[in-house]
Amino acid sequence: MTKKITKSGLLSRRRLLTSVGAGAVLAASPFRINLLQAQEATIKVGFPVPLTGPYGTEAQDQVRAAEVAIAEFNEGGGLNGRKAELLVRDDKLNPGEAATRTLELIEKEKVSFIVGSLSAAVQLAVNNVTKERQIIFNSISQSDTINEASDFSKYTFHEALNPHLTAGAVGRYAFPKFGKKVAFLTADYAYGHEMVRGFQEAGKAFGIETLVDIRHPIGTTDFSALLPRIQALKPDILCISNFGRDQQIALKQATDFGMKKSMKIIVPIMLYTGRIAAGPQAFEGVIGGTSYYWGIEDKIASAKAFNDRFRKMHGGKVPSDYGALGYGGVKTLLMGAKAANSLEADKVIAAIEALKYDYYKGPQYYRKCDHQSAQSVLIIESKASPQKGDADVFNVVETEAPNDANLRSCEALGHKV
Amino acid sequence: MPGLSFDLIAMQLFTGLALGAIYVLFAIGLSLIFGMLTVVNFAHGAFYMVGAYVGLFLISLGGNFWLCLVAVPLIVGISGMIVERFLIRPLYGRGIDYPLLLTFGLSYIMVELIRIGFGTSGYPFDTPDLLQGAVNIGIGYFPLYRLFVIGAAAVVLLGLWLFLERTSFGLIIRAGARDPQIVRVLGVDVARVWLYVFGIGTAIAGLAGLLAAPLQGVIPEMGANILAEAFVVTVVGGMGSIGGAVIAGLLVGVVISMTSLFAPEMAKVSIFALMAIVLLIRPQGFFGRAGLMS
Repeated sequence: MTKKITKSGLLSRRRLLTSVGAGAVLAASPFRINLLQAQEATIKVGFPVPLTGPYGTEAQDQVRAAEVAIAEFNEGGGLNGRKAELLVRDDKLNPGEAATRTLELIEKEKVSFIVGSLSAAVQLAVNNVTKERQIIFNSISQSDTINEASDFSKYTFHEALNPHLTAGAVGRYAFPKFGKKVAFLTADYAYGHEMVRGFQEAGKAFGIETLVDIRHPIGTTDFSALLPRIQALKPDILCISNFGRDQQIALKQATDFGMKKSMKIIVPIMLYTGRIAAGPQAFEGVIGGTSYYWGIEDKIASAKAFNDRFRKMHGGKVPSDYGALGYGGVKTLLMGAKAANSLEADKVIAAIEALKYDYYKGPQYYRKCDHQSAQSVLIIESKASPQKGDADVFNVVETEAPNDANLRSCEALGHKV
Repeated sequence: MPGLSFDLIAMQLFTGLALGAIYVLFAIGLSLIFGMLTVVNFAHGAFYMVGAYVGLFLISLGGNFWLCLVAVPLIVGISGMIVERFLIRPLYGRGIDYPLLLTFGLSYIMVELIRIGFGTSGYPFDTPDLLQGAVNIGIGYFPLYRLFVIGAAAVVLLGLWLFLERTSFGLIIRAGARDPQIVRVLGVDVARVWLYVFGIGTAIAGLAGLLAAPLQGVIPEMGANILAEAFVVTVVGGMGSIGGAVIAGLLVGVVISMTSLFAPEMAKVSIFALMAIVLLIRPQGFFGRAGLMS
């Protein structure tokens, strides 16, 4: 048989020997997966996320959820038989690192899509690269800037919520219920600033009064020195806009100082992973927003299907909020490719713009002017103690339906309409 | 500034002193090891973190917080002694940078081992039931647990002072720090003394980690932050001076607290500014002996 192939001129003898040799080595090695990557036919999805560093837990969950989207796509026959694969890279939560990894994914691995990032600054860096290389990028973390005309390009999609929408939704729920005098405790970087702006814009309609906006450096481990002043001002609401470990420690110490007795604490995004890491005590009674909570599966069929699949693939775990975005981000691009029946960027973009999808949390669609995913925002309250297993941490107290009116208008973002 | 009352300033000052007590606890082990052994222990933050994890582990086995207050310093102290005996001891007499680099590398290994054993995400660490809630201290409410930490810091300091100044073993330690050669000639096993000093220093680091756990939870990286702060306290107080570390720790706490009131964005920078000013005026710190580093 060997002779026949060689003779037919399809393969040279040397090429055959190297291939067989390499194949044998690869087949025996733990890096067999590389062989799949080498196939021209697969659709490659680059996935730069901060696997190491402070958001490592969330990033790893994003990978797990993205794997679910890839598996579903492949089981559904792929794109005319072409399977998809996920190429995960560690961006170390560093914009420079993320840009380099993205460029590598595009140049060396020839990826069709980039999905990822878990920071406002990092996603803008990735977006700069993908914009220039004309590769479709779906960002799965919060940012207002990415919607703006200065950063946007037709290759840019934003599956995550943005601060304006999230903070706005939490504010619209909390201000009429808990009062108008608001004190802000804010992480001093883009995320915090954008969230406060979101709260204040939503608060105009309710006539809220900002008593103080205290900015703390990112990575603060002791908030005790910031709390007495807030207590002295006697606000109705304390709004804490920070992320990850900052959020856990701030809530823990505000609880220790007895602040929950005299004011309601609200946060723009209440993280599932953060609540698990900090325990029920610190988060008890806190109100926040989220893009996803697994508990909505009782009411939403697509959430149930996604959770079940995730549990099956990942040892019974449920997906976190940011994890689910990894699923949504990959899924929408692959389904767009499928609808376009092509990988050509312009065709895929048109197909994604036309999608009306419900993949895991109810109806969603990408707004035409800025490719922001219009979607529901869940308002959640942290439970005093889990009742149905350790994952039962939040109550969904309200769901704000997807609505263009809650996003900043296309004109305000600088888009020509 | 509106709303600036006497009570608020008093409360802010008290918060600063409380914060300072925590900083003293962070720094004292580092200062002790440097003062007596001239070893700059960059793994101090890692021992602190290990203390929190040992506490977490013991509680998961059914222990309680009070038992941990005894067991954690013992376990962390013994592991510190193992480190001294097998890793640091061969480097004595080789210049200050050798143990510095060794402990720097060691801290990475310790953090990575904890990540492998316990995962990268954090764990909650509940405040012990007896110490939950806030109490009225006359000018406002203050968490009971923080008051307890101040007390614990005072007990540790008093114990350390009595041990160093009032026991014969303490006398040997102090003599060994001044002139190890003479002490050796007098027939004292200096290597054994240093072993114990390193053990005590790391035991206090472990205890500090355990005490910090209910304030901020437990993660593998928790030691990295406090290392910088502990160094500021040690440098301001004077490298190797325990009394200096106490005064500097309290001062750093008050500086952070007061900056937080007027310019919260500057709070983190303020302690480094304080360090720069002190170093400009008094390079050896408040109570440091000049030339210890050379």
